[in-house]
Amino acid sequence: MSTTIQIQLDEQALSLPAHTTLAQLLEQSQRSPESVATALNGRFVPREARPDTPLHDGDAVLLFKPIVGG
Amino acid sequence: MQDDLIIDGQALNSRLFLGTAGYPSPQTLVEAIEASQCSVLTLGLKRTLLAGDNGFVAQALQAAQARGVRLLPNTAGCRTAREAVQLAHMARELYGTHWIKLEVVGDEHTLQPEPFELLAAATELGRAGFAVFPYCTDDLVLCRRLLDEAGCTVLMPWGAPIGSGQGLINPQALRTLRERLPQATLIIDAGLGAPSHAAQALELGFDAVLLNSAVAQAREPVAMAGAFRDAVRGGRQGFLAGLMAPQSFAVASTPVSGHAFLLG
Repeated sequence: MSTTIQIQLDEQALSLPAHTTLAQLLEQSQRSPESVATALNGRFVPREARPDTPLHDGDAVLLFKPIVGG
Repeated sequence: MQDDLIIDGQALNSRLFLGTAGYPSPQTLVEAIEASQCSVLTLGLKRTLLAGDNGFVAQALQAAQARGVRLLPNTAGCRTAREAVQLAHMARELYGTHWIKLEVVGDEHTLQPEPFELLAAATELGRAGFAVFPYCTDDLVLCRRLLDEAGCTVLMPWGAPIGSGQGLINPQALRTLRERLPQATLIIDAGLGAPSHAAQALELGFDAVLLNSAVAQAREPVAMAGAFRDAVRGGRQGFLAGLMAPQSFAVASTPVSGHAFLLG
């Protein structure tokens, strides 16, 4: 079994240790948990669920933040 | 006279909702918020890989908090119900509000709402506990289904395409909406370009207006925000006072009888 996985974070390829969680990914990318909303493979993952959300090979993570709007 | 607009159990003391995009500077945005005396501010979400915003959001949030202005995040940029639902959940988490301005666009040229996806998304979000403010067309049947099937209590029909500044391009359809859906809170969203457009919407009996570009793109955005504030108040007062019925013939307003002079 591979010890690393390949994911996409905001469309950028990233290699991570296997079993990395979404919360750990944010920590590694130096983003405070409250500053972004997360989507995994097109589905929203609530903040409180990130520590229990392991990432898998081929996953796509998108991060969203507030912006002005009409 | 107390004339609050009640939405989702919240009393709003202004019938002007203001968008936050396109202002020349964060300071101008804050001053426009102040001048407009709006009760609701709209914001959005974007991917983090895009560039920063030079402090606009932080300033807007600060101004909203200081003035007790409610936040209304949107789902701008969505093309499907699935996308919009996911974005709405993210907005609820980031902004801490269950209010959502639901946008699902079906045409790239007009940015016209996609009615089928909109109805599906509104239904799902309503079940998930959101107070859904759907941006919709003035189609009566769609609006009725958003109320009856999706459980919305607020509808946001367009006055004209987003950012076009054309005003109310189909006032007859809007009159019909108001007449046929008296129980709904109806807010004209999009297409307003001049304060008179806002006044017209309120005079027609619409409960509020939401606008952005008309203020942000004015030569003097802060002054324009004040102009819209006054127009909304005037239009609402005119509606409450009861407009006279138009007629196609003249009726002299000065109570003279016959001719003032007989000359010659």
